[in-house]
Amino acid sequence: MSGRIGGAPAVEPNDEGGTSAHAVESSNEGGGVSGARAVALRAGLERGRVEFRQSVTNAQEVWGALFFPAVALVVMYLLRNSTVPGLRFSLGSQAVPGVLGMNVVLNGMMALAMALTMDREDGTLLRARATPNGVVGYLTGKVVSRAATAVAGLLVPLVPAAFLFDGLRLGEASSWVTLAWVTALGLVALLPLGAVLGSLFEGAQSMGVVTLPVMLLMAISGVFYPVTAFPGWLQGVAQAFPLYWLGLGLRSALLPGDLAAAEIGHSWRHLETAGVLGAWAVLGFAVAPVVLRRMARRESGSWVAARRARALQRPV
Amino acid sequence: MDVGTNDETAEADDRQPVIETRGLRMRYGTTDVLRGVDLCVRRGEVVALLGPNGAGKTTTIEILEGFRRRSAGEVRVLGADPDHGDEAWRARLGIVLQSWRDHGRWRVRELLAHLGRYYTPYGTAGRPRPYDPDELTALVGLTEQADMAIARLSGGQRRRLDVAVGLVGRPDLLFLDEPTVGFDPRARQEFHALVHRLSGLEDTTILLTTHDLDEAERLAGRILILVAGRIVADGTAAELAARVARTAEVRYTRDGESHTHEAEDPTGFVRDLFTRYGERIGDLEVRRPRLEDVYLAMVREFESGRRTEAPGELTEVAA
Repeated sequence: MSGRIGGAPAVEPNDEGGTSAHAVESSNEGGGVSGARAVALRAGLERGRVEFRQSVTNAQEVWGALFFPAVALVVMYLLRNSTVPGLRFSLGSQAVPGVLGMNVVLNGMMALAMALTMDREDGTLLRARATPNGVVGYLTGKVVSRAATAVAGLLVPLVPAAFLFDGLRLGEASSWVTLAWVTALGLVALLPLGAVLGSLFEGAQSMGVVTLPVMLLMAISGVFYPVTAFPGWLQGVAQAFPLYWLGLGLRSALLPGDLAAAEIGHSWRHLETAGVLGAWAVLGFAVAPVVLRRMARRESGSWVAARRARALQRPV
Repeated sequence: MDVGTNDETAEADDRQPVIETRGLRMRYGTTDVLRGVDLCVRRGEVVALLGPNGAGKTTTIEILEGFRRRSAGEVRVLGADPDHGDEAWRARLGIVLQSWRDHGRWRVRELLAHLGRYYTPYGTAGRPRPYDPDELTALVGLTEQADMAIARLSGGQRRRLDVAVGLVGRPDLLFLDEPTVGFDPRARQEFHALVHRLSGLEDTTILLTTHDLDEAERLAGRILILVAGRIVADGTAAELAARVARTAEVRYTRDGESHTHEAEDPTGFVRDLFTRYGERIGDLEVRRPRLEDVYLAMVREFESGRRTEAPGELTEVAA
């Protein structure tokens, strides 16, 4: 790009982070560039652990993570005597897995997006940029801590739900296997989306723009009421997004087999679940690095300062 | 930089300036913020970038840090173009920006230990990386706060933590943007001692911006004055003073009677004074124009538009 000065040897940029005489023969951890990345990944895991600990020891954050399922489970408990259309099964029990799935979306995808916008506002991301391989570590830490919080946000409400609702299949190993793979695949699909949303939206306030469509999606994705009750085109819309499939997968894990009758095609459709969640994961992993890199490159001290000034001016 | 050992690299660094820019320009829309900045900082130097608000200090530093892409001009920092600096290059920089608020829930020592980890692969025998977190908290005077949540630190303590984070990778080059804003006088003095220690013992090159003229004079071996996107003066505090006001004020008493003299060569004048009058001279005081007078005079001149181009003698690179 620009010319050289004083006959300095050019440093050729390199996608792997470049090589340089300074990265290091005499290092303990060794291995040059890939070694440095591995160090950053391990630091990222540590970061995830620290942030998860901070989340679960912060009353406000614990409340935020459990608020939705707490309210939803109370509502469902009041509806426990209604039944799923055409079946003699409690509508309240039927909704439990969907509520848990929604909480994974909130604590995984939405919370990650929110964390990214906030970390840009307070300079955390810029700090990561100022650190060698810091963005790798930062993202690793965020994904790990958000995934852990999302899993906790799924499992913790399951404890009271087990006592409040009849008919949940919690004693069978196959339930937990299905629960595990559906949750894992769901997170792999949702977290990159959260990262993309968090990169695209400037400022924590504007995340409200995202919250509304997600709430609408919740309404049509069969979280509270079987999706088969909705018109066909609405079912089509719901099936394009991961929330429906996450809910379906969790229902297949936690509800008795004959409840499949209330689903589209009278089946749990595991293959389709894996296919759609997998497709979202592939899309997310293709788009997220590009968007994240663009966002990280824009970070600078004056951006952080400008954003802060704007945040202070905003009427509360 | 595909050359062999670290020794060779260090040798190359000795010869090359740590920072060099030529014709550095930055334009936002139709506004020129930097209009051709030429600067050169050599290894081990402590250089202060001084200038009024909006002069382009932060923009300059952000370009050098690789956080902002320039519009035009040539820039080398530690031998690389900051726009293409890799992670090994980044590991050699320490950055202290204005107003960090990050990592409020982390504890002081915990954060320093965490951020230090990223630097381990970049340590060398002569420059082990990172700093030990306990050593670092002691260095910036935060030992008592080591296990405190960062959000609970006072303004000055937070700033000292920022400096500690900037130092955690034992940088070859440290950028300090308004480092002592919010410090009380004692913290400021301790910070100045820290900077002296760094440049002396650790052979760290430091570029700092400041509003505080006393601080610039006390810390920096060389001062660059940036006004309206140009370096208008470059030199030691004494050199800058000498360029603007060529005389110094000499006050003395002769036989108990006060005298004041504007001398172009104050040393010669005083020597002559003693030769002629010897012990009859008392209360001798030589007052050179203070940096503040020089700085204000320069800023006034440029801002009033009387001088739009920097005169040749002032733009010469002193090195």
